[in-house]
Amino acid sequence: MNKIKCECGHVNPEGTVLCEACGKPIEGNQHIEGNDEKKLLNMRYDGTARRSQTYNKSIIDKTWSFFSSVKVGIWLIVLALIASAVGSIFPQEIYIPADAVSRDPAIFYEERYGIFGLIFYQLGFHNLYGSWWYMILIALIGVSLVICSLDRFVPLYKALKKQKAKRHETFLNRQRLFSETEVVSGDEIQKVKARLKKQNYKVRDEDGHILAEKGRFSRWGPYVNHIGLIIILLAALLRTTPLFYTSEYVWVREGQQMVIPGTKGEYHIENKDFTIENYDENDERFSDAITQEGGMVPSNYQTDVVIYKAEESSVPGAEPELKTIIEDDIRMNHPIEFDGYTVYQKGYQLNEFTNMSFKIHETDDSNEEALGTFTIDLTAPESEYELDNGFRVELGQYYPDYYLDDNGEPASETNFPRNPAFVLMVYPPGSDQAEISFLGIGKNIDATGENEYKVGITDFEMHDVSGLSVRKDYTLPFFGLGAAIFMIGVIQGMYWQHRRIWIRPKKDGLLLAAHTNKNWFGVKKDIEKAISDTNIEMVDDQQELDEQN
Amino acid sequence: MDLVSLSSTMLYSAFVLYLIATIFFSATIGKKRKESNKGIAGKIGITLTIIGFIAQIVYFITRWIASGHAPVSNLFEFMTFFGMTIVFAFIIIYFIYKLSVLGLFALPVALIIIAYASMFPTDIAPLVPSLQSHWLYIHVTTVSLAQGILTISFVAGLIYLIRQIDQSVRSKRTTWLEIILYSLILFVGFIVTTTAFNLMNYNATFEYPSGNNVLTSEYTMPAIAAPSDGTLITEDVMQPWFETPEWMHGVDAGRKFNTLIWSFISGSIIYVLLRLLLRKRIGAAIQPLLKGTKPDLLDEVAYRAVAIGFPIFTLGGLIFAAIWAEEAWGRFWGWDPKEVWALITFFFYAAFLHLRLSRGWHGEKTAWLAAGGFAIIMFNLIAVNLILAGLHSYA
Ligand code: HEM
Repeated sequence: MNKIKCECGHVNPEGTVLCEACGKPIEGNQHIEGNDEKKLLNMRYDGTARRSQTYNKSIIDKTWSFFSSVKVGIWLIVLALIASAVGSIFPQEIYIPADAVSRDPAIFYEERYGIFGLIFYQLGFHNLYGSWWYMILIALIGVSLVICSLDRFVPLYKALKKQKAKRHETFLNRQRLFSETEVVSGDEIQKVKARLKKQNYKVRDEDGHILAEKGRFSRWGPYVNHIGLIIILLAALLRTTPLFYTSEYVWVREGQQMVIPGTKGEYHIENKDFTIENYDENDERFSDAITQEGGMVPSNYQTDVVIYKAEESSVPGAEPELKTIIEDDIRMNHPIEFDGYTVYQKGYQLNEFTNMSFKIHETDDSNEEALGTFTIDLTAPESEYELDNGFRVELGQYYPDYYLDDNGEPASETNFPRNPAFVLMVYPPGSDQAEISFLGIGKNIDATGENEYKVGITDFEMHDVSGLSVRKDYTLPFFGLGAAIFMIGVIQGMYWQHRRIWIRPKKDGLLLAAHTNKNWFGVKKDIEKAISDTNIEMVDDQQELDEQN
Repeated sequence: MDLVSLSSTMLYSAFVLYLIATIFFSATIGKKRKESNKGIAGKIGITLTIIGFIAQIVYFITRWIASGHAPVSNLFEFMTFFGMTIVFAFIIIYFIYKLSVLGLFALPVALIIIAYASMFPTDIAPLVPSLQSHWLYIHVTTVSLAQGILTISFVAGLIYLIRQIDQSVRSKRTTWLEIILYSLILFVGFIVTTTAFNLMNYNATFEYPSGNNVLTSEYTMPAIAAPSDGTLITEDVMQPWFETPEWMHGVDAGRKFNTLIWSFISGSIIYVLLRLLLRKRIGAAIQPLLKGTKPDLLDEVAYRAVAIGFPIFTLGGLIFAAIWAEEAWGRFWGWDPKEVWALITFFFYAAFLHLRLSRGWHGEKTAWLAAGGFAIIMFNLIAVNLILAGLHSYA
């Protein structure tokens, strides 16, 4: 390695732009930070040697340089930004509305949005955020973050530790804030030092060369926040594994008790009651708004549940015992939690049929006196029902959610008993000749018109169904940690600034220069305070202001 | 007086006070005035602003008490609150930098936003179950505060552009600056037309098919664009000129599209009238008044506001939003358009900061970026609700 020895005696690593100790520009390296074209020194990383700027031979060097370039980083961020925006033009696949003609993306986008929809779908934007190339883009940002931070953090850290109070003259006069004073008394310098200390500067004095510094820790802010971002990206990676994250959706009927899916049979849930409440439309405060909404604004969706835990029974092979662990209600914004699982109120279905009771009577009997009765449990219909007095009823067809399809054929829209209809084969006592009846809500059709017996609905029970989502997500603490570190980092880097003020004696007078990584207004105010009523000249702002061009 | 009317009176007073404060701030610029008079005008301006702000806080608190929940739950309440945070951010930045000219631009932006807000239904609405969470307040107030601060960045950038851009010849830059100013005027156009037709009590009802249902849509402005496949059922009103394109779905897409057209028409008329009156680009007309302002200070403010606002935005718009979404829906991130646009805002300002720090984008470039950031914020506040929601058939 070609180390570079500065005239101050400090040995700098290859690629250094400004001597780590005294800040003198190192000849031959000024193009690296573009200092050769400008009066002001580029102070970005204090002119330290960075791997990316120094080595450029092997493939590794080139990759390293590529990813450590902020230009590349910004391009990646901008690409992610544009892609995200395009993906939001039409709904993502998961948000295709339930009332769409078809929920098949191959049909939906073109049908609804025409040619643009088709293009959107064919380019894969309908599932953008889960697509491989979006993920690669985000992963590249992560790689860039790591390399970029390493490339700068280590040298910057070293340089800031090594810096001397004694700085080279060119280092001072090529700072943005600079002034030169011809005559200054020692008293005045002491006064300035005392005042800087009072403003919480750490002041170092090496043979009259003074460095006042504060807020250095804020320089680590960006690196801290980048670490936070990396933790978040890693957490997102973990979340794709079932070890850390599972998600299930279940429908539970009122009164039903079932194993909670995804818990390996360990937990059971019972839905005791589902309720939906609306705001009182006579409530004076809200009456106008409620009328505007059409009279119904829900105030609560709630499922009262009991959660059981299956305890291994002491007798091997026996059914496990269920122990109640929670009895609570699940509402929106009020999920329940146990053992790493969280259960959310997600959906509901009102008024499904639990069971239906029927009677058989003679078709001509105007009193419709029951010859036999039976009840079909719609959650578990049987194929055949034997009635007490010899009748036998076979369930020929069962449509839980009856409708007439496009061909005029009876069919079931869903598997939920929302609008049940049946084709029943009634075998009178002793007969093996069936009479066929078609029965539904408000429908009772005799297939041949010659049936001797008729079936009628006498009663039914209904229930509501709760849609619950069950999640286990062990990545949350990682996301939380990443977010917290990110916040600490940005606040550290944004709400504090690294301010440095240098004083270099020169004959009877002195040179004064200052640098800050942001908030120049603030550091100028500090200097003004420190030098007020002394002979020292206020610093000039030497920035090449772009208003001149 | 009951709480609700006290509340709206207070909002109205705040509006008027901001308006008067703007007039005083306008007396702080220009060459002819004496410096001492400018100083006094600035002091009166900021005092009135603070009194107005207090009035608006009273509005906020009384409405909160009246409704039982923080008034940040519908478009009116949310936009009004956004106007308030702009004023708040302005007051803070004013006391850091003592820059009166900021008030001259920040207050009108806040005024436009508050007026815009009050064009939407102002009834107190009850909270649907998904909104019943303390995280609603925490999330919305922090996001809004951040957006208020970022708006100050835009305001400083805008002043910078008006002051700095060479107006002697027409260029891309002068055109873009005019586009920014024109966009602000479109809001004024929206406010003027809405108010005018409201005063006339204009009403036309349409019926239009949606899936298997027939819905009605109440237009409060003459229909230029009817709902897709809609039929006008009110008599003696203007016949629509054409139909809203079919791919604009969603609730009342036709009415929203029609309102948009009207805003463009009236905003353009106002803009053209101004141009005729001034006989030059609006930017060029304002420019001489800003000669006394220091460009590097404006640049500093444009950047500093982002430095302060970005962490707050991340906290409110991403972190608090995620916590709430996790509690309400069991998913802390779901890629819905609002969330995506919050992420876009975050990416944008991250790029802004890197460009400035590492690629030395200062001055004019920073100012353009600040304007771009504001455009994204407004897009998320308005277009995502009104346009994307139309494409997405929700809300
Ligand atoms: C969305 C992703 C990112 C976010 C939110 C982010 C955030 C930040 C923030 C807030 C700062 C401080 C800026 C300032 O003080 O003005 C910063 C600095 C920085 N970032 Fe990033 N960053 C991201 C991605 C990247 C990437 C991909 C790279 C690499 C190319 C990168 C390289 C840097 C560098 C070099 C600094 C300056 C460090 C210094 O001067 O000490 N960042 N970043």
